[in-house]
Amino acid sequence: MASPEVHHLFHHPIADHSFSADRKTLAVAKDSNVEIYGKVANSFKLKAQLKDHDKTVTSVDIAPKSGRIVSCSQDRNAIVWEPSPEGYKPALVLLRVNRAATFVRWSPSETKFAVGSGDRVIAICYFEEENDWWVSKHLKKPIRSTITTVAWHPNSVLLAAGSADAHARVFSSFIKGVDSRPPPGVWGERLPFNTVCGEYLNNSAGWIHAVSFSPSGDALAFAAHDSSVTVVYPSGPDQAPKAILAVSTQLLPFMSLIWSNESEIIAAGYDCEAFKFHGSEAGWGLVGTVEAKGRPGLGDAREESALNMFKQMDLKGKVKDDTQLKTVHQNTISTIREYESSGGNVTKFSSSGVDGRVVIWSL
Amino acid sequence: MSQSLRPYLQAVRSSLTAALCLSNFASQTAERHNVPEIEAETSPEVLLTPLTIARNENERVLIEPSINSVRISIKIKQADEIENILVHKFTRFLNQRAEAFFILRRKPMKVRECLFPSVSESPIVALAQWWRTAGAQEPGGEEGYDISFLITNFHTEEMLKHKLVDFIIQFMEEVDKEISEMKLFLNARARFVAESFLTPFD
Repeated sequence: MASPEVHHLFHHPIADHSFSADRKTLAVAKDSNVEIYGKVANSFKLKAQLKDHDKTVTSVDIAPKSGRIVSCSQDRNAIVWEPSPEGYKPALVLLRVNRAATFVRWSPSETKFAVGSGDRVIAICYFEEENDWWVSKHLKKPIRSTITTVAWHPNSVLLAAGSADAHARVFSSFIKGVDSRPPPGVWGERLPFNTVCGEYLNNSAGWIHAVSFSPSGDALAFAAHDSSVTVVYPSGPDQAPKAILAVSTQLLPFMSLIWSNESEIIAAGYDCEAFKFHGSEAGWGLVGTVEAKGRPGLGDAREESALNMFKQMDLKGKVKDDTQLKTVHQNTISTIREYESSGGNVTKFSSSGVDGRVVIWSL
Repeated sequence: MSQSLRPYLQAVRSSLTAALCLSNFASQTAERHNVPEIEAETSPEVLLTPLTIARNENERVLIEPSINSVRISIKIKQADEIENILVHKFTRFLNQRAEAFFILRRKPMKVRECLFPSVSESPIVALAQWWRTAGAQEPGGEEGYDISFLITNFHTEEMLKHKLVDFIIQFMEEVDKEISEMKLFLNARARFVAESFLTPFD
């Protein structure tokens, strides 16, 4: 396995990161700015700072085909940044939410995006030609707390959302004139706007950190604050799901998860490293870590002489230097995303965390 | 380290490691605000059940986690009145310099008043509230705590989490030593003062 590609961008939390389709541009949410990094040789150099938000930017996403960047912030706004030869042109979105916007993702069709908010609504935003403006429609019911995360179904109509009220839900975000009618599937046949196609409570009522649809869209996984990952296999409209499989772990909670294929999930979070889960409808289980421990050059080769010991005691007041964690990330991983895939399998994924690192891992 | 101190500190350490899983969370009640939810107590669903770890009736730790902040309150061992005074003076000294300690709360936690769940809340929220207040009222909780720390997501972002935990544990280890040392010193001084005062009458 190739060693991970580490890019230490700055000493500041990265709330979210997103790569462009050609993987040459990287957008990260840092503080109240969105920073755009360009790939120069093997490292990322700062290219532009998008400064229109005035509070912490919580999420950023680059649309793979159009290259548009959408960002949202705790100042209640979302901005669509249109790439142009002279830089990025901001366009404010009519979100109509009165609390922090917490999470944003483009739909796979790139005609809409979903913004989760602390106002107990999800704003589904789309472009209205006649007003030349991004407008929004709200998914309100039955959300009872801050939306922490959203994820799109491959058909661009269904949307999964996790919230602080311990529920992962699947909604229909069908908008007439924007979407084409989706083919009936396991989640439902007729899907008018704000249909709740599924509502799943975490066993120990921990808030939901991450949701994700499987590549086919026929299963949903979510990670909650009780360190569990739950996979749901629905069986059809108005029927109980075929299987709800909860894997509880002895680890710290996961902040983000992706499916690498139909039978594997990668999840990462407060343990500062990524873990693999394997399974199918019959059952899911934790397999192990993605990261290989005991890499060379991580302090284990340090001199263990008496002189060194006394030197350490003199300088730092202790024998062992234990400030470094054994993982590549030195703090919580906040987002993981697919980086490269071939034949329906994710072969590389990227992670970003509170320590200001973006790391590209190969599986 | 004595036999019962080790498991006590180990329990505190693992509880703190789990409790310090914090994320940036903006207020749901106030626009454009970002406040420690454990202090604001405006959204019951983002607060977790508080946890008390007690070594004996005089020494215990209260950990109150929430989505973006953790409050840790420590009751320092006080065997007699002198220790009582010493602990009071010592914590007062620290509290007055709370800014320099970053994670120190200016006031230690007293016992929480019983919150009555409002009628408008849903049953599950009311239950969660009742559970929280019930948990805070274990026997011996009347006198409150001597010193409290408030760790928010901003602290865990700029400081190393395992070092924050180490700091709290070390503080708990050292503070007993410090207090008993001060007590010994005080007794020695009292003896010396008494001696020199009484020498002329000899």
